Amino acid sequence: MGKYSFLGYRRENGSVAARNHVAIIPVDDISNAAAEGVASLIRGTLPLSHPYGRLQFGEDLELFFRTMIGTGSNPNVASAVVIGIEPKWTDKIAEGIAKTGKPVEAFFIERSGDLKTIEKASRAAKGLVQKASEAKREQIDISETTISTKCGESDTTSGLASNPTVGKVFERLVAEGSTLLFGETSELTGGEQFVAERMKTPELKEKFMKIFNDYAEFIEAQEADLLGSQPTQGNIAGGLTTIEEKAMGNIQKIGKAMVDGVLDPAESPTGKGLWYMDTSSAAAECVTLFAAGGAIAHLFTTGQGNIVGNPVIPVIKMSANPVTVSTMSEHIDVPLEKILTLEQTLDEAGDEVMEMLLKTLSGRLTAAEVLRHREFVLTKLYRSA
Amino acid sequence: MKPHFLFHNANDSVGVAVVDIKAGEKLTGACLENGRKVNIDALENVPLGHKVALKDLKDGEQVVKYGISIGHMVQSTAKGKHIHVHNLKTNRW
Repeated sequence: MGKYSFLGYRRENGSVAARNHVAIIPVDDISNAAAEGVASLIRGTLPLSHPYGRLQFGEDLELFFRTMIGTGSNPNVASAVVIGIEPKWTDKIAEGIAKTGKPVEAFFIERSGDLKTIEKASRAAKGLVQKASEAKREQIDISETTISTKCGESDTTSGLASNPTVGKVFERLVAEGSTLLFGETSELTGGEQFVAERMKTPELKEKFMKIFNDYAEFIEAQEADLLGSQPTQGNIAGGLTTIEEKAMGNIQKIGKAMVDGVLDPAESPTGKGLWYMDTSSAAAECVTLFAAGGAIAHLFTTGQGNIVGNPVIPVIKMSANPVTVSTMSEHIDVPLEKILTLEQTLDEAGDEVMEMLLKTLSGRLTAAEVLRHREFVLTKLYRSA
Repeated sequence: MKPHFLFHNANDSVGVAVVDIKAGEKLTGACLENGRKVNIDALENVPLGHKVALKDLKDGEQVVKYGISIGHMVQSTAKGKHIHVHNLKTNRW
C-alpha cells in the first residue's frame, strides 16, 4: 500500500469502486417509466432515466451503446437491471455490461406491458440489492483508481486558485500511478497548442489535433457564433473576457502532467496516467462520459457556482470564489477562497482536496449526492432517423 | 497584508482583483509565480474576479496573462483601469 489509500469495494474483474449502486438502466426513453417504477418499489436502486435510445444510427448509435454499457460497467455499479422496449438492444446493453462479470438482468416490455415487467424486474432487483449489500469495503491503494476532472461556470478565480489546486492533485495522482481523465474539447480553444505540446508522442499529438480541428470545422459548418456562448454569460459576469483566457485557466487542472493517451467520448483508457477524452464542455454531459469511461470519482471546480452531480460517481466540488463559497455553501465540498488572500498555498489546498478525495472514495457523501444531483445526460451527436 | 489583486506570471500585463476594488484605492498585488509585490493606484472600480491593467495598454496591444496573449486591446487604456469585454477582444474571431 502506497502513501494514499482508501476503503473501497473490489469487483469481480479486479476493478475498484467508491460506491455500491444497483442501477436500473432503461434502454430507451419509453422504458424510463418502468425503470422508475422498479426504483420506487425497491430500496437501494438507482434509476438512470434519459431521453434517447430510439432510431439512433451510425456514430451517434455507437456512442449511445458505449455510454450505456460503460455506465453499467462502471465499478461503482455493483449490479444492473436493464429494461428496454424490445429484446435486441436490451440484450446488447445487458451483454456488454455482463462482460465485467457483475450480475446483470435484462427485461423487455413488448408482449408483457409495463406492470408485469416492473414486477419481474423488481423481483430481480430485490435479490441484487441484497447481494450488493453483502459487499465489504477494503483498503485499496489510490493507484488503482480512475479520477476525472472538469470545471464549470468558471471565472478568474478558477484559473487563479481552484484549477491549479486540481493541477497539484493531478500531478500527485499521476506520480502515484492512478488513471486520470480530462476533456472539454471546446474549452481548450485558444489553448489547444499548449495541450498538444503535452502529448507524449507525435501520434497522440496528431490524434488530439485532428479531434480539435474536426470540432472547429463542425462549429464553422453550423455557422455558429461562439462569441455569444464562449465565454458564457456566467464566465463574463465573473470577469473572464476571452476564450484564450478561459482555456488557459481550464488547462491549469492538469498541472504540469504529460498526456498518455487520447480517447473517444465514453471510451475507457487502456493504461495508467493522464488521458484526454473528447467531450462536450457541458458539465453533465462531460461527467456522464467520464463515468462511462470508468472514472469512479470526479473533481469539479467552479467559479460562479455550477451545482452538477452524477448518479454513478461522486462529484467533489471546489470553489475559490469567496462570494460563491458563502452564498452557495451547501454545494461546495472544499472551499478554497483562502488561496486568494494568500492564507493558503496551492500545495496546502492540494492536501485538503486529496484528503476529501480519499474520504469520498471511502464513502463520505458529496454535497451533490446529498442534494440529489443525479444528472445523467447522454451526448447526442445528431438527430435520430 | 491581504492583496487586492493577484497575477500569474511576472510578464502579465493584467492582474485579477481578489476583492472588490474601488476607484482611488492604493492597491497591493502579488505575483503567484515568484511572490513579487506590486503597488498601483486604482483608477476605476474593478469587481472581484475582474482584471485590472498593470501597465498602460495601447489600442491593438496584446494583453498578457499566464505569460501568454489572451487577446488584444480595442482601445487604449491606463494602468489601474478595468480590463474586460469593453476594451479587450479575443484574437480568435
